[in-house]
Amino acid sequence: MERFAALLDALVYTSSRNTKLALIGEYLRETPDPDRGWALAALTDGLDFKAVKASTIRNLMTERVDPLLWSLSRDFVGDTAETASLLWPDPPGETPPAPTVSETVALLQGMTRATVQHDLPALLDRLDVSGRYALIKLATGAMRIGISARLGKVAFAQSFGVSVDDVEEYWHGIAPPYTELFDWAAHGKAPPDTENMPLFRPFMLAHPLEDGTVDLSDYVAEWKWDGIRVQLVHAGGETRLYSRSGDDITATFPEMAEALTIPAVLDGELLVQGGHQGGKEGGAASFNALQQRLGRKNVSKKMLSELPAFVRLYDALGLEGEDLRALPWERRRERLEAFLPRLPATRFDLSQIVEARDFAHLAQIREGTRADAIEGLMLKRRDSPYVAGRKTGLWYKWKRDPLLIDCVLMYAQRGSGKRSSFYSDYTFGCWDGDPDKGAELLPVGKAYSGFTDAELKWLDKYVRQHTVNRFGPVRETDKSLTFEVAFDSVHASKRHKSGLAMRFPRIHRIRKDKPPHEADRIATLRAMVRD
Amino acid sequence: MEQLGNSAPLPTISYPMSAPFSWIRPEPHGIHIVPSDCWVDPSRAVERALVTHGHADHARGGHGSTMATPETLAIMKLRYNTDQGAQPVHYGETITLPGNVRATYIPAGHVLGSAQILLEHAGERVVITGDYKRRPDPTCAPFEVTPCDIFITEATFGLPLFTHPPIEEEMARLLARLSSHPDSCVLVGAYALGKAQRVIAELRRAGHHQPIYLHGAMEKMCRLYEDFGVELGPLRLVSDHSKEEMRGHIVISPPSALNDRWSRRLPDPITAMASGWMRVRQRARQRNVELPLIISDHADWAELTRTIEEVNPQESWITHGREEALLRWCQLHQRRARALALVGYEDEDD
Ligand SMILES: [Zn+2]
Ligand SMILES: [Zn+2]
Repeated sequence: MERFAALLDALVYTSSRNTKLALIGEYLRETPDPDRGWALAALTDGLDFKAVKASTIRNLMTERVDPLLWSLSRDFVGDTAETASLLWPDPPGETPPAPTVSETVALLQGMTRATVQHDLPALLDRLDVSGRYALIKLATGAMRIGISARLGKVAFAQSFGVSVDDVEEYWHGIAPPYTELFDWAAHGKAPPDTENMPLFRPFMLAHPLEDGTVDLSDYVAEWKWDGIRVQLVHAGGETRLYSRSGDDITATFPEMAEALTIPAVLDGELLVQGGHQGGKEGGAASFNALQQRLGRKNVSKKMLSELPAFVRLYDALGLEGEDLRALPWERRRERLEAFLPRLPATRFDLSQIVEARDFAHLAQIREGTRADAIEGLMLKRRDSPYVAGRKTGLWYKWKRDPLLIDCVLMYAQRGSGKRSSFYSDYTFGCWDGDPDKGAELLPVGKAYSGFTDAELKWLDKYVRQHTVNRFGPVRETDKSLTFEVAFDSVHASKRHKSGLAMRFPRIHRIRKDKPPHEADRIATLRAMVRD
Repeated sequence: MEQLGNSAPLPTISYPMSAPFSWIRPEPHGIHIVPSDCWVDPSRAVERALVTHGHADHARGGHGSTMATPETLAIMKLRYNTDQGAQPVHYGETITLPGNVRATYIPAGHVLGSAQILLEHAGERVVITGDYKRRPDPTCAPFEVTPCDIFITEATFGLPLFTHPPIEEEMARLLARLSSHPDSCVLVGAYALGKAQRVIAELRRAGHHQPIYLHGAMEKMCRLYEDFGVELGPLRLVSDHSKEEMRGHIVISPPSALNDRWSRRLPDPITAMASGWMRVRQRARQRNVELPLIISDHADWAELTRTIEEVNPQESWITHGREEALLRWCQLHQRRARALALVGYEDEDD
């Protein structure tokens, strides 16, 4: 466990990607099985132990530390694991030897709700501050130390000199501690057999098209629909629906799982049927409609009939056992078009190609996307193979320009992760009438981004100096600061008192020059709704 | 014994003076000694100021007169280029302020010249700590526990998670990193007043006698320390030397220069930072620190609470820092306490 704890510390204290890769690689080569497999799982997908939750840690701590002192500390540090590791009282007497990673995992797996109250403290007592931090991170399954699953896989691939695409491919078919993966990469044995499993394949992603243009003889344009990107896979008699991050969301959209019964790997946009995006022919409801179905474990009949889902297909990675990913986009598109009639029309359609004379014409079309409530355009190189991740020059997303509105800072809350201990989450509002005639501010949104590190420091100080009220971790400010907020769209919402909800709001500019009474009114924002 | 003339105008007071301790009033801009119309560490210019130590948020410029230790006055002169109105008060010395208030300066162990101020009036005793620590520090006089009725304490590291490890451990980690990377230098970010000199003096104590390279902003303060008899060993300015010469050496800069263009002139620097905040990983990450050194010139949680117990006042007033937690501790230990809402103090030790 000491070696793993030292690795975590070293990873926390380096910002260089190459150093991180080298550190993880070194650990994986030097650590025996199955310790390294468990560690890799902890760094990438996270481990899940039924008996240990964030609340378990909180409860253990508040039995040992005054609850208010605990919450003030937790609020300052911004990370439960770290706070607990720092506040855990060192046991008296000599510390028993620290457990190995595998021993730790075995002990954690053996804990139940009834025994965790005793067993976890016993384990914590065997470790120092760094060890406790590593243990709690491992046990609660949320590392949040700036290591993406992808980085872990790249480190694995580099460490053993194998292809990262192969690693991604086999990864989803096997479970921690990934012994078959190490046997293959480190000992040259046969790779895991994944042929007949409905596995997730990493998505191909797009770079934003900043200022450049593209030649439409090389690129094709599609609408960028406002749903969620999904992959639908049928293999070995089973169908799975995966979100962009590779999460299995099949249970949330059972109608989609039933709709695909031919072996295939399809890439598309999950949408709800309706007439909001792109008008009547668009056939898709607003993102708001889809949002009502996201995150549900059980789906009612009513939901299924009132908010029916469908997938607008972008691409085919594989059809009937054949891997199409190496083919150019145009060939894959032909195969997809030929395949479409074999799918139920209520659940699938094809993402339309946007025809334009030239780039200038395309720019004009993009201007019009707001009226159609579409996010923007995608530009795909006609000869691009389907490759995992973001490869320069192949795919671009070209979103329409954001909407802007002036709002007043109302509340601020401390952030988490790298921003913990800074007031970095801002709730802002607009006036419900004429501010000079006694109108009030109503919250219209919350933003966590859009500012530089220097601006964050300034804002943090501003919040501290302009606090009029505190509610736990939230500070109410004196409403003296104006933000120009950028956002993609605004929708009617019952969840907010203002009746409005913004999509992707971010702080565009801090308007120190603009007095708050000159900020915008709710009515202005309401006029921007295109529901 | 320094005495202020009786010619100083007496303040007009609009509230009754008979209530206990009504002669000492916490105001947003500092602590007001009402009968004398003097202020302790005021955050704006006043006629008469008593200053605990030289950090900028406690020692503002522009006061009519400033009563502080000779060291603090020298530090203020370095910063503000004037010593107009300077009235030196030595450790252990008592001065009498108008309105029959006696003020005694007592070492606070924070930085060179730092003082607690004991105020006595009408049989009542108030101690204002300014900033303080209890750990030994070769660059300044140690904190002295002074019994009093009201103890006005800082709370910069007033959360139970703050434990400053023994400085020897942190020095050992620093020197180990230096010797394992002979082709790099270790760049240590340290507050220019106090922290930098303490780190240098502790390195010397740990047996490191190599030249230490300084950012230009550090030079004058180090010289000032040396003028007051603090030995810092061989010091060199980064600007006078080549990259090659600095390989395998320690460089000290203000924290603001750590991620600055300035550091490009250094040979593959490993970024370290000496601060009590380094106890928290995310704080180190926020500054891209690779080698966090938990070294603070403030009291940690155990020192803050132990000091309240040892001083054993009737009431503690908490000035700046994480006052809520210390207030809670006092409540849990049946000690009377209140938090003061002073403005203008910053989390120093940054
Ligand atoms: Zn200070
Ligand atoms: Zn201070």
